[in-house]
Amino acid sequence: MSEQTTIKPSIIIDGVKKRFTLNHAFSLKDTVVSWIKRRKLTSQFEALKGVDITIGEGESVAILGFNGSGKSTLLKLISGVMEPDDGEVLTRGRVAGLIEVGAGFHPELSGRENVFLNAAILGMKKHEIEARYDEIVAFSEIEQFIDQEVKHYSSGMFMRLAFSVAIHVELDVLLVDEILSVGDAPFREKCRLKFEELIAEGKTLVVVSHDMEMVRELCTRGIVINKGEVVYDGEVEGAISLVDA
Amino acid sequence: MSGPVTDTRDLFAAVPRSDFDTPGKSRGLIDVVRWRYLLNLLVRTGVTTRYRNSVLGWTWSYVRPAAQFLVFWVVLGIFMDLDRGLPNYAVYLFSGIVMINLFSEGFKNATSSIVGNAALVRKVFLPRQLFAVSAVIVAFVHFLPQVGLLLIVCLLMGWIAHVSIVSILAILAGMIIVMVFSLGLGLFFGAVNVRFRDAENIVELMLLLATWASPVLYAWTQVQDAIVDRLGWPQWIVELYMLNPITQGVELFHYAFWRPATEGMVTASGYVGKALIDIPPGLAWNTLWTFLIAVGTLLFGQFVFRRLEGRFAQDL
Repeated sequence: MSEQTTIKPSIIIDGVKKRFTLNHAFSLKDTVVSWIKRRKLTSQFEALKGVDITIGEGESVAILGFNGSGKSTLLKLISGVMEPDDGEVLTRGRVAGLIEVGAGFHPELSGRENVFLNAAILGMKKHEIEARYDEIVAFSEIEQFIDQEVKHYSSGMFMRLAFSVAIHVELDVLLVDEILSVGDAPFREKCRLKFEELIAEGKTLVVVSHDMEMVRELCTRGIVINKGEVVYDGEVEGAISLVDA
Repeated sequence: MSGPVTDTRDLFAAVPRSDFDTPGKSRGLIDVVRWRYLLNLLVRTGVTTRYRNSVLGWTWSYVRPAAQFLVFWVVLGIFMDLDRGLPNYAVYLFSGIVMINLFSEGFKNATSSIVGNAALVRKVFLPRQLFAVSAVIVAFVHFLPQVGLLLIVCLLMGWIAHVSIVSILAILAGMIIVMVFSLGLGLFFGAVNVRFRDAENIVELMLLLATWASPVLYAWTQVQDAIVDRLGWPQWIVELYMLNPITQGVELFHYAFWRPATEGMVTASGYVGKALIDIPPGLAWNTLWTFLIAVGTLLFGQFVFRRLEGRFAQDL
């Protein structure tokens, strides 16, 4: 671990465990019935079983694994939406997530109002949004519809605007969860270039994706998670061959 | 573990521990101040989208209390003769109803605010108290035109001739007490509602009782008469009744609106109805006590909210 001392960590995940409690009884009646039948009321599901990862500043890391391996849970812990049951998650700088963009969009508001609302939800200040507004709209390529209500947008237009807002947030660490399938081919290419630009600027990127082509192009390091444990941590090619096999 | 064994000493070799943040740590209501721009946008969204696609739009903010008022006035005032005991009963009724509406709206919206914003709570980290706070502020915005209406009626009745600076202070105090109280209760029930949707039904029930547990339709003196004189129960029950922050809010509004508007009518020569009812004893002190109760409720609601907050994303 000699390289550990030279890189500056951006994200530290130290012995993190996350359990979910699954309820089998949903009402008082269910509870009484299963109590009489001596069935278990809840069961525990361990999504992450003690994960240690250190991600350095400027690294672009892909987190790979099969469905239900705990990838998205890990990302939610880094973004702060969930808290670990055990261990510690630490981040440095501004963390922004491209985790299901568009969650904060209000269909009754215009595109313009939604840009401001969403950028504010992602933690931007008013003057920052105003400074970047033109850039955001230009990137989404929907200038002529920006004053229409978002509910009249096509799903492609909607995703483009949402993505455009999220990618322009002032950040040091970007978390990306399965949203690279946005829009048509030209727009995807534009997104890829934007990601490369962020990497070149020295931002830290954590990507969860099943799109191996995208991962190969963007990331240098790959981490494979299986059943809540890290099974591989190293060169991205090695990780891809492990998952693709 | 097949991954590299990380030594904790190594982790902070390049960058000290203090440079790191723990994601998801909230500072409670202090965060609301830091995120005031988003709060501002949330309130604006709540206000502007409320009546989208409705023809009458904001008129609905008047129609509902007007209907409520009409029913109570006809049934209680005219059919049941309550207005003989209370001069200017219509204004008395309306100044209480607007206060109850402020409380109901704020409390109900704050309770459902977390579940209502489930998509956001599950995916993005932001101080979740913002939703409850914005719900109460939106309720306040809808309360303003009702107060405006009340004010116009009072002005027509000569309110301005009998009003004093204390009345204005009473209006502000009443609104603050009721809003803080509804935010506190809203935070508590909003947090509980994530796991147990029973909370919404409990709130409905509480709101049903709130109208009757405060002197909106009747006078506080009737409570005093019933409990002390007729039932022979001790006086402290009445005092407890008066310590309800909503009761205090309603009484402050009676003091600020109904009293000055009615004084001219009662003192006019040739007036034959009942005189004004007494101001509740200790109205001033009760303002302080109920304010403290409301703040205590807020602190308690905030405490429970922060304890449960960490589990919102997985429980929704």
